Amino acid sequence: MKIRVDAAKCQGHARCYGLVPELFDVDDYGLSSVIGDGTVPVELEERAKLAIANCPEYAIEEIAG
Amino acid sequence: MPRRAPVADWARDFDVLAPEYVDEPFGIWEALRATCPIAHTDRRGSNWLPTRYDDVTAIAHDIEHFSSRKIAVIPLEGAEPDDPLLPYGLPPISADPPLHTWTRRLLLPWFSHRRVEGYEQLTRDLCTGLIAGFIDQGRADAAAGYAQQIPVRVIAHILGVPADLSDTFTGWVRDTLEFADDPERRRRGSDALISYFSAEADRRQAIPGDDLLSELLHAEVDGVPIERSIALGAAALVLIAGIDTTWSAIGSSLWHLATHEEDRRRLVAEPQLMALAVEELLRAYSPVTMARVVTEDIEYEGCPMKAGDKVLMNFPAANRDPEVFESADRVILDRAHNRHVAFGSGIHRCAGSNLARMELRIALEEWLAAIPEFRLADGGDVTWAGGQVRGPRTLPLVFS
Repeated sequence: MKIRVDAAKCQGHARCYGLVPELFDVDDYGLSSVIGDGTVPVELEERAKLAIANCPEYAIEEIAG
Repeated sequence: MPRRAPVADWARDFDVLAPEYVDEPFGIWEALRATCPIAHTDRRGSNWLPTRYDDVTAIAHDIEHFSSRKIAVIPLEGAEPDDPLLPYGLPPISADPPLHTWTRRLLLPWFSHRRVEGYEQLTRDLCTGLIAGFIDQGRADAAAGYAQQIPVRVIAHILGVPADLSDTFTGWVRDTLEFADDPERRRRGSDALISYFSAEADRRQAIPGDDLLSELLHAEVDGVPIERSIALGAAALVLIAGIDTTWSAIGSSLWHLATHEEDRRRLVAEPQLMALAVEELLRAYSPVTMARVVTEDIEYEGCPMKAGDKVLMNFPAANRDPEVFESADRVILDRAHNRHVAFGSGIHRCAGSNLARMELRIALEEWLAAIPEFRLADGGDVTWAGGQVRGPRTLPLVFS
């Protein structure tokens, strides 16, 4: 599984960071980004899906790995 | 239409200050979603009230047709509070891009995760100190004696103004926000608040501190110092937006736990649920409604909106839309799918959301650790405020 954050959609709700800080980083202006190249370790896949399902801006998406 | 006439037709003549709406709006939203999902009223000007998640978020994102220049849910008599001292209002909340964009960037770092972690111990100490003051009495007004006392002191710390003026700040903010049909009181509150910040600004202009107000006053954008009225407006915004809102969320959450024994016991037994529970309580009891002003005549979902009409951004109702949330009117502490918009949607996402979340979490953690068993006092009156911000203003609890 591989994910990305669409910077044009992210508004800094930080729900992804709150749910899976292992996968996301947030800058001083609230903008989220994936750590590394967005590859999700198998053991974090369920929580990555939760992050996708909780983003109020639909800014996180799964991409072809 | 007299403003306090009882509401007979919520679709065509709603009143967000009607007592039954302030006390419990959930059933009214449910009925509106099914029959007329964007209601209208001519009380206090022409206002629209969307109740569906998709409409609220779509309007929030359409900043071209729905401007943030007028955000008051209840306008002052005749006009918005266009104070000559604050020609831009309270940017960034009352601004559209480009003013919104750069003023927001001045504030955001003060409420980043990193900074907010730094305010956590202060918040925890505040909470334990307040609880120590009333725990032996076996009863407390959890709204006035607890929830109300927390955010104002953290905000005072951030702004660099004395925490012992907290009750004064709270009074001004309540005057400004809560007493919607008393324009004189609202004007008095906002005047006092602005002149206070103006005097504090004079002091900091000469001797800057390391607080938010000082930084705003000395901020430059592209090498040009920002206008003083913008710095003052942004500082006033932080105080106004940081007090009533979070205090209401803390109060509503404690009200829920006092009236839902199963949830209270579960949260005490499973403290690891707290992060999800905070999101769920924010969803179910979202305190804040903001307004937008229609910029040009537009038909939205069959509604003939005119330039100058207001749209009340009903984030609280959006968060109870059954199209988006399963069992939307039920609090499920560990709700896994919770795309709530308690902090808004789009470019005006609450700049203080990290702070609000932290304050709510710590306030609940400390309360539950010290007072795991509590309920509403017999015969004690719970009173709610509504309009721009909904939450309990008196919440008598017993826990002996």
